Amino acid sequence: MDTLTRRKFLIASGVTAGAALAAGAGAYTLKEILDTAGWQDKAPDAKTLVLITLYGGNDGLSTVIPYADPAYQAARPQLAYQPGEVLHLTGASGDVQLGLNPGLKGFADLFNRKSLAIVRGVEYPKPDHSHFRSMDIWQTGSPTSTANTGWLGRWLDATGGDARHAVSFEPVLPVVLAGSTTAGAVVPTGGRQVQVPAGLAKPQSGEPPLQARAARAYADLIECDAMVSKLPQPSASPSAKSTGTAAVNVLDTQLDLVARCVEAGVATRAFSVSLGGFDFHADEKDAQRSLLGRLDTAVTAFVNRMAKTDNGRKVVVAIYSEFGRRVRANASDGTDHGTASDVFLLGTPVKGGFYGAQPSLTDLDNGDLKFSTDFRDVYATLLADVLGTDPGKVLGGWTGRLTGPL
Amino acid sequence: MATRAELAHLLRRATFGPRAEEVDAAERAGATATLAGLVNPASPDAGAAATPMPVLATDPRYALGTKPTVQQRQQAQQQEADWTRTARVWWLDRMVAADHQLAEKLVFFWHGHWATSVQKVNDPGLMLVQQQTLRDLGGGDFGALLRAMLRDPALIVWLDGELNTAKAPNENLARESMELFTLGVGNYTETDVRQAARALTGWQVDRKARTSSLNAKRHDDGDKTILGRSGPLNADGFAGILLDQSANGAFLATRLWYRFAADQPIAPEVRDRLAGAYRARRDIGTLLTAMFSDAAFAGTGGQLVRQPVEWAVGAMRQLGLRPAKLPADVQRQLIRGLTAMGQTLFAPPNVGGWPGGAAWLTSSSAGTRLQLGTLLAAHVDQPVLDQVGKAPAGQRVDALARLLVVDAFTARTRAVLNPVTDPRRLIALGLASPEYAVC
Repeated sequence: MDTLTRRKFLIASGVTAGAALAAGAGAYTLKEILDTAGWQDKAPDAKTLVLITLYGGNDGLSTVIPYADPAYQAARPQLAYQPGEVLHLTGASGDVQLGLNPGLKGFADLFNRKSLAIVRGVEYPKPDHSHFRSMDIWQTGSPTSTANTGWLGRWLDATGGDARHAVSFEPVLPVVLAGSTTAGAVVPTGGRQVQVPAGLAKPQSGEPPLQARAARAYADLIECDAMVSKLPQPSASPSAKSTGTAAVNVLDTQLDLVARCVEAGVATRAFSVSLGGFDFHADEKDAQRSLLGRLDTAVTAFVNRMAKTDNGRKVVVAIYSEFGRRVRANASDGTDHGTASDVFLLGTPVKGGFYGAQPSLTDLDNGDLKFSTDFRDVYATLLADVLGTDPGKVLGGWTGRLTGPL
Repeated sequence: MATRAELAHLLRRATFGPRAEEVDAAERAGATATLAGLVNPASPDAGAAATPMPVLATDPRYALGTKPTVQQRQQAQQQEADWTRTARVWWLDRMVAADHQLAEKLVFFWHGHWATSVQKVNDPGLMLVQQQTLRDLGGGDFGALLRAMLRDPALIVWLDGELNTAKAPNENLARESMELFTLGVGNYTETDVRQAARALTGWQVDRKARTSSLNAKRHDDGDKTILGRSGPLNADGFAGILLDQSANGAFLATRLWYRFAADQPIAPEVRDRLAGAYRARRDIGTLLTAMFSDAAFAGTGGQLVRQPVEWAVGAMRQLGLRPAKLPADVQRQLIRGLTAMGQTLFAPPNVGGWPGGAAWLTSSSAGTRLQLGTLLAAHVDQPVLDQVGKAPAGQRVDALARLLVVDAFTARTRAVLNPVTDPRRLIALGLASPEYAVC
C-alpha cells in the first residue's frame, strides 16, 4: 500500500496521501481560477454545481419540520416547534404537513416560488453514527466505506483535464474533490487585516519547495485580500451568539467568490463550500435556528444573485450534512447523532417541491429514521443533469435517479 | 565533526525550537553526546517540575442531578471551557519551560497520534489523565503504552468504546487501533476488525473518578480469531497480537519520520532500518535514536513545515516568553491565533490527527503567522530586543538569524529585513518569514 489510510482526506492527518493529493491540492489563486474564463471548453448550456456541506450533522427534523405529527411533539417535548412557529409551505402535499425552521425565511420564499426542492429521507444503507465515518461515506459516495476518492473527484478523473474544473474555497481540500489522478483546486479565502510585505511573497530560486510554498502563500494572501476588499460587504449583522459566527462569515465570503467566478464564466463546473457547527447535543433549539438563519442569509443572497445572469441561471446548489439526528431528544434539550435527513436543491434549473418519501416517526430503526432515498440517487441526478456525465461510471454502476427535480 | 548547521538541524527537530546558546552548547559537546542528552537526559527536568499539571476537580457536568436546568448545564459547560483554556495555556507553558525538550515534543506527537478531542470527551480532566499516560509511557516500551491506551478513559469515550458490548459490538476503537495507532491500512481485514471489536467489549468509564474498568457482563469472552491467532482474547490479548505484527515497527517508524524528519514518504530501506532498531525491545527511545542518527536524517533539512504549535512554542522559547506569564488577553489571542491556523491543543480535527506539510501553508495561516509574530514580538523583554537592536546596522539581520536559529535568510527575505530598524518589527517579520515556516 502506498498510503497509510483508506481516507485520502486524511491528507489533513499527517498521513502520506495518494498521488493526486500529494501533487496537487494546494494554493491556487483566485486569478488562476478566473484565468480559465477564456477556455470555452464546455457546452453553452452546461450547468454548474455548488455543493454546500454542513458539518456536524444538521437536525433534519428541526429543519423540515413535521409539526403536525403527534409523534414529533411526543418525541421532543422541549425541542419541538409548534405549528404557529414554523414557516408554512404552500403546496406541501400528501398525508404529512411540513414546515420550515423559522430561521429559513429565504428558503421558504424560494420554496413557495418553486425554486427549492427538498429531497426527504436521504441516507445510505447501514448508517454510521460517527461524524468522520459518515462524512467520509457521504463524500466518497461509497456506503461500504472502502473508497478513497470523492464522488466529484472521480468525476474529475472521468472528465480528465485540469484541477480547476472543481474548486474548493475551504482551507483544506475536502475528500469529495479528491480523485485518484486529479484533485480539485483549493483557493483558500484570506480576508485578514494585516499588511504583508510584498517582498516576502517573492519567489527565491533554489529554496526548498516547502519554503517556496510558504512564500507563495503570502502571494495568495495579498491577491486574495485585494480581491475580497473589492467585494460588496455582506449585509448580515453579526449575531451575539458566537457559535458558527466565524464560520458563516466564511460561507458568505466563499459564496461571494463562487458568484464572481460564475459570473466571469470560468471553466469550473463544481464548487465546494461549507459551513460547520451543526452538532447540537445540548440546548439545540435557539442555536440551530440562529445557525440556519445564517445559512439562509448567505444562500438566499447567492441564489438571488445567480438568477440575474445567464451564467448564474445555470447554477444548481445542493446542500447536505453527514447525518440527521435521533428522533427523540436527549436529556440536554439537544439531539444525538442520527440517520436520514434532507437534501436541498436550489437554483433556476430546479423544479421546486418535495421529493422522496417522508420517513415515518413511528416505524424506526433502533430509534432512528429509516431512509427512503439512497444518496446515490441524488448524486446520480446531479452527475447526469448538472454535470452531464454518466453516473454509473462515477458511482460504481448505480442506476437509481430522482424523478423530477432537474 | 558535525557542523553547526547539522547540529541546528537536529535541535530544530528534536526540540520545539532551539535557542542559540543550545546550539553553541551542542557544538561544544558534539553530535553523539547531544543526541544522547536529548534521548536520555542526565539531570531531572527542573523546567517541568516548576510547571506542574493543573489538578481539576470533578467535571460539574457529572455532578448534575437527573433533571438539571438549562442554566445548570450552561454553567457546567462554561466550567469545562474555562478548564480547557487553563489546560491549554498550561501545556503551552510546559512546552516552553521543559528542559527535556524531546520528551516534551514526543508528548505532543502522541497527542496527534492517539488524536483524542475534548470536543467529544467534554471533560478536560480526562484529557489530562490521557496526557499523563503519554508522559509516563510514551518514551519507552510501546507495548505498555498500547495496553494503557486501550484502557484510557478519554480514548474509550472518543472512539465509542462504551458502546462496544457483547450484545452490540462497536468497531470504532478496534478499527482505529489497527489503522491509525499500530499497523496502518492493508495490514488487517474487515473480519479482523470485527473480531478485535469483540475483544475490546465491556469497557466502561467512571466519569467522576476518571477511570475505566471492565464490566464482565458486557464483555464477550468467547473465542475470537484476530490476524490468524485464536483464543478468548481480551484487550491485552489483542494488543499482544498487534505488537507481534511486523507492520507495527514499520508503521511507527513511518509516523515518527513524518513528524520529525520529512513529510515526504520514508524510503523503504530507512523504514526497515528504523523498524529493525525498534523490534528488539519495542522501545520508542531506541527508535528515536536510530531515526536522528540515520544517514538519511541529515538530508531532511527544509522538508518539514512547523506545525502552528511548534512554530509558536519555538518562537517563545527563543524570545524568552512564557505563556503563563503573558496577560490573559494575550493568552486568549495566542490560542485563537493557533486555532485560526488550524491547531487547537486537545482538539485535533479528527482521529487521524493534524495535517502536515504544505497543508499548513495556506494563505490564511500565512496572515495569522504575521499577526501572531507581531503579538509575540510586542511582549519581548529589552535584553532580547537588544540582541537584535544593538547589533551594528549591517549585522542586524544576522543577529536576528542567530536569535531564531535560522541558518540563513534568503536574499528575498534579507531585502525585506534590511531596511527595518525596529527590533520588534524585525522579530515579527523573522517569525513570519518563509524560512522560519519550515525547518
